[in-house]
This record gives sequence, C-alpha cells and structure tokens, in this order.
Amino acid sequence: MALERWIALVFVAICLIYGYTAFFAMDGALAPFMRRNPVWPSTFPKILAVMGLVTGLVILFGGKAAASRPGEGEIDYRRLLSYNFGQALLLLTLMVIYALALRPVGFVLSSVIFLSLGSYILGERKLFVVVPVSLVAVFGIWYLVQEVLGIFLRPWPWFI
Amino acid sequence: MLEGLMQGLVTAFTFTNILMVIGGVLIGTFIGMLPGLGPMSIIAIMIPVAISIGEPSTALILLAGVYYGAIFGGSTSSILINAPGVASTVATSFDGYPLARQGKAGKALTVAAVSSFAGGTIGAILLMIFAPMLATVALLFHSTEYFAMMVVGLSAIAAFAGTGQVSKAIMMTILGLMLGTVGEAALFPAPRFTFGVQDLQSGLSFITLAMAMFALPEAIYLVLDPNRSKTGSGGTSEIKDLRITKAESKEIAPVIGRQSLQGFFIGVLPGAGATIASFLGYAVERNIAKKEDQDKFGKGSLKGLAAPESANNAACTGSFVPLLTLGIPGSGTTAILLGALIALNVSPGPRLMVDNPNIFWSVIISMYLGNLVLLILNLPLIPYIAKILAVPRTYLIPFILFFTMMGAYIGQNNATELLLLVGLGVAATILRFANFPLAPALIGFILGRMLEDNFARSMQLYDGFSFVWERPMTTGLLFLAIVLVILPSWRARLARIRAKGIADGD
Repeated sequence: MALERWIALVFVAICLIYGYTAFFAMDGALAPFMRRNPVWPSTFPKILAVMGLVTGLVILFGGKAAASRPGEGEIDYRRLLSYNFGQALLLLTLMVIYALALRPVGFVLSSVIFLSLGSYILGERKLFVVVPVSLVAVFGIWYLVQEVLGIFLRPWPWFI
Repeated sequence: MLEGLMQGLVTAFTFTNILMVIGGVLIGTFIGMLPGLGPMSIIAIMIPVAISIGEPSTALILLAGVYYGAIFGGSTSSILINAPGVASTVATSFDGYPLARQGKAGKALTVAAVSSFAGGTIGAILLMIFAPMLATVALLFHSTEYFAMMVVGLSAIAAFAGTGQVSKAIMMTILGLMLGTVGEAALFPAPRFTFGVQDLQSGLSFITLAMAMFALPEAIYLVLDPNRSKTGSGGTSEIKDLRITKAESKEIAPVIGRQSLQGFFIGVLPGAGATIASFLGYAVERNIAKKEDQDKFGKGSLKGLAAPESANNAACTGSFVPLLTLGIPGSGTTAILLGALIALNVSPGPRLMVDNPNIFWSVIISMYLGNLVLLILNLPLIPYIAKILAVPRTYLIPFILFFTMMGAYIGQNNATELLLLVGLGVAATILRFANFPLAPALIGFILGRMLEDNFARSMQLYDGFSFVWERPMTTGLLFLAIVLVILPSWRARLARIRAKGIADGD
C-alpha cells in the first residue's frame, strides 16, 4: 500500500475518534440552558468529522494511487534509508532531550550543548570552533530575548 | 484615500519603522539565501520577535520587510548556485543560472532586483486601488457571508492545488480545521478535544504549528539530503559588471510591465500565489516572444529572468488583497501574517481600513519602502551577500533547529510546546514525503476559529441551518465553493474517460 493510503487510513482513524467524541462524548457535559441553543460546541466538529471521513475514504479507496514519483529536489521515501536517516533521527532525539532538559538545566547550558552536539552529529569535529561559536550565539540570543525583549528564559541550572 | 495615505506615510516614516524595514529586508535577504529556508519559515521564525514588539504596524512592517527580503534572497541563490530556496523562484533559475555561468551574474542580479522592485511597486499601486474597493463591498457582508466566503477561500486553495492533489488538499484543510477546534472555543467556554491534557486547554499555538509545518520538515530534508544545501561549487566567485545597457532595458521593460499586472491578479486568487504567477509569467513571455528571442529562453535570456521575477513579487503583493480586505489568507505566508495580526489584537477584514487605517496604510507604504530599500541596499551588497552561501551545513542545520525551537518556546515559555513541535514536525515530514500539501492545513487551522465563530453566529441568528438558503449571497458563495471543489475532479474524470475511449477504439 502506498504511503498516501496509509496516511489516509490514519486520518480516517483520527476522524473516527474525533467524530466519536463529537457525536457521543461531548454533549453530556453541556449545561442544560445551552441545550436550547441551535448551535452546540459539538456542531461544527460533527460536520468536520463527517467531511473528514468522506475525504479520507475517497483517498483510501478512490482512483488509482497516483504513482507520484517525487519531483526533483524532493525525497523519495521508498529509499529513506539511503539518505542520512540516522543523523535525522539522532537530531530529533536530541531535540526531545533538549525540550526535557531546558527547564532543569537552564537555557544557556542546554542550548550550548544542543548546538555543539548537533554539529557533532552532522560530522563537524572541530570542537574548538563549534563550542565558542555556540557560546557566543547562545549568549547573544539570551541577551536579546531577556534583556531587549524582556522575556525571562531561566538561564542557569536549578541549583544556581 | 489620500488622507489615509498621508496617515500611513506619517506612521511608516518614523525612525523605528524605517529601521524595521531596513532590518527586516536585510534579515530576510540573508536568511532567504540559505537554500531551503523560504519566506514562510523565515516569517514563522521572526513572529515571536514581531509579537513582542507589541505595536501592530511596526510588527507588520518588520514582517513585510522580511518577506520581501526573503523573496529576493531566494532569487539570489537561484541565480548564483542554481539552488532555489523557494518554489516561487524556481522559474528564476531557468535563465538566471545560465547567465551566472556566462559570467554575467552581476547583470542577472541587477535585472532580478530591478524587476522585483518594479513588480512590487506596481503591485502596491494596484493594491492601493483595489483593496479599498473590495473592502467597501465586503462591508455589506454579514456573518453568514463571512462564513460562506471563508468556505470559498478554503475550497479555492484546495481547487488550485493541482491535478491529483485536490482531495489531498481538502484532507489537509479539514485536518487544519480539526486542529483548530482543540482547546476552548470562543463562544463556548469549555475545553474540547484536549483528551485531558492540561497544556492543550488553550489550544495549539499557531507558531508551533507553523514551525512544525514548514521550518522543521525543511530542516529534516536538509539533513536527509546533503545535496539540498550544497554550496558554492558551481557558482561564480567574482561578481562584476552590474550595469544594464539601454537596449537591454528597452527589451525587458514591456515584460516587466505585463508580468507585474498579470502576477498581481494571479496573486489575488487564493491558493494560486507567487509560484504559479512566476511559472505562468515565464511561459507567457516565452510564447509571445519573437522567434529568435524564444530560442534564448533557458539559455540566459534577460526576458526570461525578468518575467518570473516581476511576476512573483507582484503576486506577493496581490496576496495581501484578500488578507487585508476579507481577512482571508490566500497563501501560507499570508496565513502566518494573519496569525501574527491576531496575536497582536488586530483582526484584518473590511473594518480594518475604517478602524485601524494607520495599520492598513502603513503596510502599503512599507511595501514601497521595502522595495526601495531592497533595491538600494542590496545592489551594492550583492557580492558580500553571496558570501553567506559559504556557511557550512554542520553549523547551519543545528542553528535552524535551534531557532525553530526558540520560536515555539519563547512565546509560551512552555517546554511541552517543544515536544509538540517535534511530534507535529515529524508528522508533517511524513505528510510531505507523500506529497501532501502542508499550507492548506495551516490556513485551515488559522481560519478555523473564525469560520466556526461566524458559523455559530449565523446559526444563532437564523435558529438553524436556514441561513444557507435564506440569504442569496450566502447560497451563491457556498454553491461556488462546491463547484470549485468538484470541477477539478470532474474534469480529471472526463479526461480519464476520454483517454479510455481512445484506447478502446484502438
């Protein structure tokens, strides 16, 4: 099955869950006086769920799967592993770790580590260049955001 | 109109605002040159900065400057290294890159800058004429017509998505609308579809979604395929001879005129946008050119370079018409701008000209300014700007990722937003693998809330669905929406049947 049909399948599943919530689960919590209203919080979602279901099914079953060869510059997902798939995965993991560490470790340290490790993953080995560059950039951004724009970023780890 | 214009001039010509235009154009040009970062990603990254400025007209002026800069930057990398950062500058590389290889990079960039300037300026003049006219009509609209108008806008975006893409675009639009219903609805103070997650209570943040839809997939693509960010090798290192001769300017002047007009009107249509305008402009000019000129297209014709450049800039200006008069964004970029405006407590629509004339007019003035700044600032800087292409990808990509995350984080100060960003970004990348258009989802997300508000208001006014047939204009618009959605698939079916018939008759 082509990737687009898998996506349509997932979308149909989302619509079913969404539709179930809209049709059966949501209205129970509605205040009594709201019931006389011609439009409920669930009215619009109900319409969306039905339309989404129809569209999803049309893509899932309708027509022949357009053999969409990726255009030039696009990525052919059928050969995903021949690209730098590992690097992409590592970077995404690094982003998740960064998201989790941002609060406890503080903005400056976690950002410097993120930028340096990111470069390292991509094959940069000159750490004596990478780390100072990240340090300067992170301090610059921290200064801009906190001092100029006035948004507090919690720069240091929890114990300082 | 003149009064408004003066007011706009006064607003735009303050020191801060001029600084914003210059800064925006510079930032836009520099980042726009990096292959893979289009105006949409750049504006998405700049939005937290713009929002924290607080003053709507200043913020909008900054973003408009970034937008123009980014488009010009994209042309620069198309011409110099044949790496169009954005779809709308692909047509630029057809003739721009051959020119650069012939050692005429300087001339090519000058032509590009002049055509962009002319296209943008003519577009701004047309916007000044047409936007107030359209706004007057739109003032007659009730919430039912607004609802219908937004449905038309959304279906037009789907309809212009291209053959075989219509159902996908509709699916993405509905997905966007669904995402828009997460959190509290405006008319009903009760959380919906949060599945008990506290952080979803106030809905998804549009910045997070914009980053996840555009910036993050682009960065992942850059990681996956190193060729996308290849730098320098084929380009020319020396840029000289920026001047255009008199004969050449005579040659390209009518092209620029025609394509600015055509590009503007294509840009006004929702969903069509700068990409179609530039390709169409290129095709039209090639078809109407003289025989000997026709052969030069694709081999370094100045006409072939001027056409897409003026068309895409005029189209970018044109796309502001539905945004400023109806509050309906026709493209991903204007959708992001709409989100920024809402975050700044400005609701674009026909009332904008009446309630906030200084915003409306200062945006238009900033278009002239932006184009002018682009011309005088960038021409002398071109050789230096080209140096940025030498930034190695090992530095570039982590920084793109970092800025993407900062954009999502700064506005909310909430680390959950980052996890959402990564999750949605991965989903968006998979959707992009399968060639699903992403802009409709974001447009649906941003319009969703307004669509539902107007829908709910109409339902309340008419006590049910009767507004659909009781108001002729609404009925007409909704009918148009259905036609827009059905027509492409019907024509495709017709073509398929015809093709089959020929095969059978064989």
